[in-house]
Amino acid sequence: MTSIPAPRTPNPEPRRAHYLNVSYGVRSWLLTTDHKRIALLYLTSITLMFLIGSLFAVLIRLELLTPAGDLVQSDTYNKLFTMHGIVMVFFFLIPSIPAVFGNFLVPMMIGARDLAFPRLNLLSWYIYMVGAVFTLWVIFSGGVDTGWTFYTPFSTTAATTKVIPAALGIFITGFSSILTGLNFIVTIHRMRAPGLTWFRLPLFIWAHYATSVIMILGTPVIAITVLLVGLERGFHLGIFDPALGGDPILFQHLFWFYSHPAVYIMILPSMGVVSEVITCFSRKRIFGYSFIAVSSLAIAFFGFLVWGHHMFVSSQSVYAAMIFSVLSFAVAIPSAVKVFNWTATLYGGSVRLDAPMLYALGFIGLFTIGGLTGLFLATLGVDVHVHDTYFIVAHFHYIMVGGALMGYLAALHFWWPKITGRLYPEMWARIAAAIVFIGFNLTFFPQFVLGYLGMPRRYHVYPDEFQVLNVMSSAGATILGIGYLLPLIYLIWSMRYGTIALGNPWRATGLEWQTSSPPPTENFDHTPLVTEDAYAYGSREAHVI
Amino acid sequence: MFSNLPLFPEQASTIAKDIDLLFAFILIVALFFSVLIATLVVSFAIRYRRRSDDDVPEDVHGLLALEITWSLIPFGIAMVMFVWGASIFMSLSRPPDNALDVYVVGKQWMWKLQHMEGRQEINELHVPVGQPVKLTLTSEDVIHSFYVPAFRIKMDAVPGRYTYTWFEATKPGTYHLFCAEYCGTQHSGMIGWVHVMERAQYQTWLAQGGMETTALAPAAAGEKLFAGMGCATCHRQASGALGPALAGLAGKSVELEGGRNVVADEGYLRESILDPRAKIVAGYRPVMPTFQGLVSEEQLLQLIQYIKRLGSADQDAGSAIAPEAEVVE
Repeated sequence: MTSIPAPRTPNPEPRRAHYLNVSYGVRSWLLTTDHKRIALLYLTSITLMFLIGSLFAVLIRLELLTPAGDLVQSDTYNKLFTMHGIVMVFFFLIPSIPAVFGNFLVPMMIGARDLAFPRLNLLSWYIYMVGAVFTLWVIFSGGVDTGWTFYTPFSTTAATTKVIPAALGIFITGFSSILTGLNFIVTIHRMRAPGLTWFRLPLFIWAHYATSVIMILGTPVIAITVLLVGLERGFHLGIFDPALGGDPILFQHLFWFYSHPAVYIMILPSMGVVSEVITCFSRKRIFGYSFIAVSSLAIAFFGFLVWGHHMFVSSQSVYAAMIFSVLSFAVAIPSAVKVFNWTATLYGGSVRLDAPMLYALGFIGLFTIGGLTGLFLATLGVDVHVHDTYFIVAHFHYIMVGGALMGYLAALHFWWPKITGRLYPEMWARIAAAIVFIGFNLTFFPQFVLGYLGMPRRYHVYPDEFQVLNVMSSAGATILGIGYLLPLIYLIWSMRYGTIALGNPWRATGLEWQTSSPPPTENFDHTPLVTEDAYAYGSREAHVI
Repeated sequence: MFSNLPLFPEQASTIAKDIDLLFAFILIVALFFSVLIATLVVSFAIRYRRRSDDDVPEDVHGLLALEITWSLIPFGIAMVMFVWGASIFMSLSRPPDNALDVYVVGKQWMWKLQHMEGRQEINELHVPVGQPVKLTLTSEDVIHSFYVPAFRIKMDAVPGRYTYTWFEATKPGTYHLFCAEYCGTQHSGMIGWVHVMERAQYQTWLAQGGMETTALAPAAAGEKLFAGMGCATCHRQASGALGPALAGLAGKSVELEGGRNVVADEGYLRESILDPRAKIVAGYRPVMPTFQGLVSEEQLLQLIQYIKRLGSADQDAGSAIAPEAEVVE
C-alpha cells in the first residue's frame, strides 16, 4: 500500500455541511428521505447480498472442479445454483444501478432537490429489506431448489423445499422495483431544471427512464406469476399442473414475459453509465445522441416481445417460434447501434484510461461478446442444440455480469468521489479493472465451448470429458473473485484515507458535477439553468468548483 | 496433450452437419464484429490518448448516413441467420413419413423408451443407422428434456402433452443422452446412451427381445387394455353406440359439436381419454367418464397405438391387429 499517497487536504476550508455530516446516528439514516442517503442504504444492502450470492458461486465452482459429486450432495448443489440465481438476479442485479446510482443521480442530473416522492423512495428500500430478510431466512432455514426460474410443475408439485416463502420474498421485493420505477418516471417528467429539455438529458437519464417503464409494466407480471405458483402449491388450484387441468407451459410464458425484459432492467442502466463515462474520458460529445437515447426506448419496447425465445424446444408452435426468433434479431440491432456509437465517440477524442473508463471499455468488450453470442440463441436451428447448456450460462453471464456488473463498477468508480468526497487509489483501481476483465473471460469463455460440446446446465455430476474446461472455468473464477474483492477493500479504505476530492475531479459536464462533493442535502445552492446539450465538452471548458 | 480437451462435439446425425455449418457462419460473423470493435476501441484509445489536459477535441457528434449503415448491415446479416435457422428448425419439426416410431416417457429420474415392436428400454436407446427415427415424448411428472448432443437435437418432455422430434443417425456408435431441463435431485443422473447400430445388427437386437420377452407390442397391449377397461361397450361399430366408432379414426378430420373440425392426432386421442368433455364429437352426448389417473402414460401410449392400428372403417375393432411382424423399413 506504499504507492498510495497519504491523505492531503488541498484547501483547508471551514467545515462545510453536506448530506453525510448534516446529521449522525442510526435514526438519521433509517428515517432519512434524502435520495442520496437512501442510495447508500441500498449500496450497503446490495453489496451484502452480492457477497452472499458470490459465496454460492464459489461453492458451485468448487464442486464442478471434479466430474463426481464430491463436495456437496445433489440436493445441496441444486439449492446452491437456485439461491445464487435468486439472490443475484432479484436482490443484486435488478436493484443495482437504478437503486444506488439512479437514486443518487437522477435528481442531481436533472437539477432537482430530490425525487418526486422521497418517502415512497424510503418505503421502497424498506420493502426491499423485508424481501431480502425473508429470502435470507429461506436460505438459512433450508433453502429452495427449483432453480431461480421456478419452472412448473416441478415447483408446484415435486419440489419439497421452501418454494412458497422464496416466491413470497420475490413477490415482496417486486414492489420496491415498481415504486422506484414510478418515482423515476414522475421525477424525470416533472422536475427537470429550467432549460433541460428531453434531448438535453444525459443518456443515463434516458436509460433509467426506459428501465423504469420496464419495471412498472413487467414487475406486476412476475409478482402475479410467483403468487400463482404459491397458490397452486398451497391450495392445488389447477393453473400450471396438467394433472389438475393446468398448463405448465403457461408458466413459462408468464415467467419470461417479465424475466426477459428484466435482463434489460439490468443492462440498460449500465449502458447509461457507459455513455456518461466514455464522453467524460474522451472529452467529447456522444456520437449519435438521439440514436442512443431512442435505442434505449426501442430495447424496452422490443424487449417485451421476445420472451418466446426461451421456449424454442418447449413445444410452442413452430410459427410462434419463428416470430420470436425474428423479433429477437430485431432487438439486437439497437444494442449494436449503441456499441457502434460508443466506439465512434472515442474517435478523435482526448482519451484517458482512468479506472472508470477501463471498466466502461471492459463493458463494451464483454457486452459485445454477450450480445453476439445472443445471435446463436436467436437462431432457431442452433438454439435447439445449445438451449439449456453451458452456452446459455456463459451467454447470460456475459450480459448480466460482464455487462451489467462492469457498468456498475464503472459507475461506482466514476461517482465515488461525488458520493464520498474522497478519491480511491487510482493505481489499484486500474489493476482491479484489468483483473476483473481477465478473470471474467477465463471463467466464462470456456463455458461457451462446454455448452457447444453439449454439457447441460444445472448438472451436479458430469461426464469426465468436460472436466478440463470446468477446471479452467473454476481457475478463472478465482482470479475474478480477487478482482471483485480489491475494490471492496480499497474503496472502504478510501472513505477514511483517500485524497479529498474536488467537486469535479474528472472535469465532467453533468449537473451533478457542478455542485460540491459530497453534495449538500439540497443538492444545489440555486436551481441550475441549463443552456446547452449534454456532454458539451468540445464547446467549453467545464468549470471546476 | 489436448486429447482430453475437445472443442467440437461429434457429428452423428444428418441435421448435425447443417447446424454446425450455420454455427460456423454465425461464429465467423461474431468473430468479425468482436475483432472489429476490439481493434477500433484499442486503436482509438491509443491514437487519441490525452496528450495535454487542455486538449479540446474536434466536435464530431453524429452522422446520419453512418447510423443508417450500421443499423441496416447488421439487420441484413441477422435476417440471413433467421431464415437459415428457421429452415433447419422447420425440417426438425417435420419427421419424414418413413420414420421409425419410438415413444419416450420421462420420469424422475429415468428415460423409458418403447419400440413399436415391443422392446422396452430404460436410459438406453438402440436405433438403426441411416433410418429416420421419430420420437414422441411425454413425461409422467415434471418437465424433462431429451438431448443428444451428437445429433444436435433437444425436445422437452412435457407432462400432459405429446411433443415430437426426429433424427437420422449417420454413423454407428454410442452417444450421450442427457436430460437438459432441470427436474430435481438426480437431474444430472438422468442420463443414458443412444446406441446406433448397423441395420442387420439392429434387427437381431430387436428380435432378441432381451429380458422382457413377455412385453407385448404397444398396439397389442393396447388391445388388451381396450377390452379390459370396457371401452368397446360404447365405442362399437354398431349404429346407436354411445361413443363414436374408432376404426380408421386416427389422422382423420373429426367434426365436433358446434361445427369445428379437429384432426384426430395423438394429442386429440390423448385428450379424449383423459378429458373426454373437452371436445365432443358431433352427434354424441358428453357421457364418457374421464380416465385421468386410471391409465399410466405407457398405457395411454398403448391405447393410442391400438387406435391408430384400427385399420379402415369397415374392419371390426377386434380383428384389426395384425401380428407385429413388420418393421418399418
